[in-house]
Amino acid sequence: MNLKIQDIIKKYTMVLALIVVLIFFYITTQGKILFPMNINSLISQNAYVFVLAAGMLLCILTGGNIDLAVGSVICFVGGIGAVMMDKNINVWVAVIVMLVGGVLVGVWQGFWIAYVKVPPFIATLAGMYAFRGLANVVMQGYAVGVRNETFLNVFGGGANCYIPDFFNGGSFNITCMAAGALVVLIYVGLTLKKRITAKAKGYGVDPLYSVLIRLVVISAAVLWIFYKLAQHKGIPTGLIWIALVLLAYGYVTNKTTAGRNLYAVGGNEKATRLSGIDSRKVYFFAYINMGLMAGLAGILTIARASNAQPTFGQGYEMDAIAACFIGGASAYGGEGKITGVIIGALLMGVINQGMSIMGISPNYQSVVKGIVVLVAIIFDVLSNKKK
Amino acid sequence: MGKILLEMKNITKTFPGVKALDNVNFQVEEGEIHALVGENGAGKSTLMNVLSGIYPFGTYEGDIIYNGEVCQFQKISDSEKRGIVIIHQELALVPQMSIGENMFLGNERGKKYAIDWDVTYSEADKYLKMVGLSESSRVLIKDIGTGKQQLVEIAKALAKNAKLLILDEPTSSLNETDSRALLDLMLEFKKQGMTMIIITHKLNEVVYVADKITVVRDGSTVETMDCHTMEISEDRIIKGMVGREITDRFPKRHDVAIGDVNMEVKNWTVYHPVYAERKVVDNVNMTVRKGEVVGIYGLMGAGRTELAMSIFGRSYGADISGSLKLNGVETVLKNPHEAINAKLAYVTEDRKGNGLVLSNPIRVNTSLANMKGVSNKGVIDRDKEYQVAVEYKDKLRTKTPSVEQNVGNLSGGNQQKVLLAKWMFTDPDILILDEPTRGIDVGAKYEIYCIINDLVAAGKSVVMISSELPEVIGMSDRIYIMNEGQFVGEMKAEEATQENIMACILQSGRGR
Repeated sequence: MNLKIQDIIKKYTMVLALIVVLIFFYITTQGKILFPMNINSLISQNAYVFVLAAGMLLCILTGGNIDLAVGSVICFVGGIGAVMMDKNINVWVAVIVMLVGGVLVGVWQGFWIAYVKVPPFIATLAGMYAFRGLANVVMQGYAVGVRNETFLNVFGGGANCYIPDFFNGGSFNITCMAAGALVVLIYVGLTLKKRITAKAKGYGVDPLYSVLIRLVVISAAVLWIFYKLAQHKGIPTGLIWIALVLLAYGYVTNKTTAGRNLYAVGGNEKATRLSGIDSRKVYFFAYINMGLMAGLAGILTIARASNAQPTFGQGYEMDAIAACFIGGASAYGGEGKITGVIIGALLMGVINQGMSIMGISPNYQSVVKGIVVLVAIIFDVLSNKKK
Repeated sequence: MGKILLEMKNITKTFPGVKALDNVNFQVEEGEIHALVGENGAGKSTLMNVLSGIYPFGTYEGDIIYNGEVCQFQKISDSEKRGIVIIHQELALVPQMSIGENMFLGNERGKKYAIDWDVTYSEADKYLKMVGLSESSRVLIKDIGTGKQQLVEIAKALAKNAKLLILDEPTSSLNETDSRALLDLMLEFKKQGMTMIIITHKLNEVVYVADKITVVRDGSTVETMDCHTMEISEDRIIKGMVGREITDRFPKRHDVAIGDVNMEVKNWTVYHPVYAERKVVDNVNMTVRKGEVVGIYGLMGAGRTELAMSIFGRSYGADISGSLKLNGVETVLKNPHEAINAKLAYVTEDRKGNGLVLSNPIRVNTSLANMKGVSNKGVIDRDKEYQVAVEYKDKLRTKTPSVEQNVGNLSGGNQQKVLLAKWMFTDPDILILDEPTRGIDVGAKYEIYCIINDLVAAGKSVVMISSELPEVIGMSDRIYIMNEGQFVGEMKAEEATQENIMACILQSGRGR
C-alpha cells in the first residue's frame, strides 16, 4: 500500500491548515494562544458557532440552502428567555420556551420554503428582518440582564460555568483529566471494534498503520486539550453542549435514513422524489432543526454574556455558514460532514482568538476572515476541477 | 479518390493511468460524410476533442494534418478559425436567449461595445433558412423543441464558416421524424461540398448517410469501411465494434408462462401540468399480465413517459383521471411512495437527471428507494446495505472496482444497471422501464435484455417503453403503439413488423 502524500494532503487539507494557523499564532503571540485560559475561552466563546453550524450543515446539504435568519432568531429567542427570567419565571420553563420558540420559527420558515417553494435565501432574509424587529419589541430596545445562577452555570456563562472537580485536585482539575481519558478510551475502543467486525465480515478496511496513526494523533490531541483545560478550572459547560450536539448530528447524518435523505435531496432532488422520498418533508425537517439549533444557540449566547441585547447575534449566521464551507460542505448540496464543520468552526475560532490576542483591530479581523473563507472555497473548487 | 481534407496520424493520448487513444490513424476525404462508430468509451469523443483543440497541442502525440498543413491547435477557437466546428451531444444553448443571440454568442456582429442587432438577426435568419428552420431568429430557445434546437446548433456552426462539421450524437435526443430530417439535411450539405464527421450509436443512421465508416475499439481504429465499394449491414458494423459476431441481438426467452392480468389501466387521461388545456395522455387503456413483457412504442413526445409517470404515483401531470387496478383491486396511488408500496417501479429514461445521485456511491444509490430494507427504526445498517449492493452488483454484472465507487464515474451501461438494481431491490411486481437501453453500447444492451428476461422468468411483469423499433419487436410479448397521447394500436409480437407499426402511427395521424 502506498498512500500518496498528495492524497493525504487533499484529504486533511483543513486539518493541516488548522495546524499551520495554530503554529503561526503560537509564534506571533509568544505562545499565549495555547495558554489554558485562552483555550477555555476559545471553546466557550465559539460554542454558538459549533451549534449553529451543525444546524446549518443540514440546510446546506439539501442543496446549498442557507438560513440567514438565525442571528435574528438567536436575539429574539434570547430576548424572550431573558425577559422571562427577569420576571422570575422558572428557569426550565424559560429554557423550554426558548427551544420551542426556535422550533416554531423553523416551522414558519420551513413551511414557506418546503411547501410553498419560496427560495430559502428570500424566506430567511425576510425572517432576518422580522425576527430582529420582534427581538427589539420583546426587549423594548434595551438590554435585559440574566442573573439566574442555575441558568448561567448550566449553559456556560458567569464565573462558575465549569464542571466542578469531584476529586479536589486543587489547581489541577482531576475530573477534567479523567473525562478526557474516558473520551479517548471510548473512541479507541469503538474504532478498534468497528475495524475488527469489518474485517471479520470481509469488508475492505484502511491499512492498520494509517488507522493507528489517526488514533494516536486524535487521542493525543484530545488528551492535550483536556490537560490544558484541567489547568484552568476544568471543562467549560459550553463544551458539553457542543459535544452533545455534534455527536447527535454526526450520528444523524451518518447513520440514519433521515440523514441519508438530506444528502440524497441535495445530490439529486428529482431522483430522490421518484424514489418515494417526500423531498418537501426533508426541507421542512432541515429548517425546523435549524430553528431548534438557533434556539439552543440563543440560550448559550445570553448565558455567555449574562444578558440579552437587541444587537445580539448579528453576523452569527455568516459565521455558521463560513464554518460549513471551510469544512468542505458543497455550496451545491449533497456533500459535507460534521467532522468538517468541527474543523471549520475551530479554524475560524482560532483565527479570531489569535488576532484578538495580537491586538489586531476588529476591522482587519473581518478582512482576514473574509480572505480565509474565499481561499477555502477556491481550494475546494480547484481540487474538484482536477478530478 | 478525392482530396484528403483531414488526416490524423499516429494519435496517442494518455490520461493518468489510461491510454485513451493508442496510435490512431484517421482520414477524411473532402465532401464526404464519415461516420465514427464504436462502443461507449472506445475513444471517439476523445479523438474529436483532440482534433478540435479541447485537448491542446502537446497533450497528445501524433500529427493533425488539415488541408495539407500540420496544425497545432491550442484551443477551440484555433480549430474553428480553420473551419473545424464540433457540435456536442449536449446542446450548448442558453434557453433564455433568442435564437439569434445564441447563434452569435461569442461571435457577436457589430462592434465589441455596440452589438448590431439588425445585422445579427438578419444574418441569423439567413442561416436558419439554410438549415430549413422556419422560425424567426428572435424566438427564444426555450420556446422551441429539441429538434429545432439541434438545427439552431447546426446553423450556429454554419455561422462560423464551418468546412468540416463534426456532429457528436446529433440525434440522441430527437424523435424519428426530426432525426430523419436532420440526416437529410446532412445529405443536402454534402451536395454543397461540406465535409462531415458523425458520431452515433444508431447504426441505421450510419447506413443511411455515411460514405465511409471508421470503427473505433479500445482506443484504436480497427477498420474503415467504404460504403460505396462494400456491402454494409448493421450486423457487419456491430461485428467490427464488438470484435466478434453477435448472432442474436435479443436473447431468447425460454417458456415464461404468462399469467393473469395484474395491472389494468382504464380511461387514463392526463393533462399538462403547466398548459392546463393540453391533454398529454388521452384515454389510454392498457393491461399487463404476470410474466409478460409489454412494449410501448411511440415517438418521442407521444406521451409515453408522461403515461408511465402519471401511473407511478402521479409523479407527472395534472387533473389525472381514469382507474388503475392492481391484481384486480382498484387502487389510487397519490405519490411515488405509495406506488412503491403497491409494488410498482418506474425506471426513468433520464438516469442522470431523474434516476441516480451521481455524487453518491453505488451502495447508497442501490438502497435509495428502499431504505427500510436496510435500516432499523430509521438507523441504517451499513453492513446490510453493503451486502445488498454487492449482491446486485454481482447479479447484474455491474463493472466496478467496488460498490463504494461514485455512480458518476461509471459508464452509461453500468449506471443503467445500478438504476435497475435500485428498483429491483424494492421488490416490485411490475417494472416500467423507460428507454432502458438509451445511450448505452451494444454489449451492455444485450445484458440489459437478459436482465429483463430474468425478471419475467421470476414472475414479474415488465412494461418497456422504447423508441427503437427493433428492440420493441425483439423483446416484447405484446406491443402498444402510442401517438399523440393515445394508444393507436396493439399487436402481438409475432404480428409486429417495423412496417406495420409505422403504418399504424401514420394512419392515426391522418385520421384527424
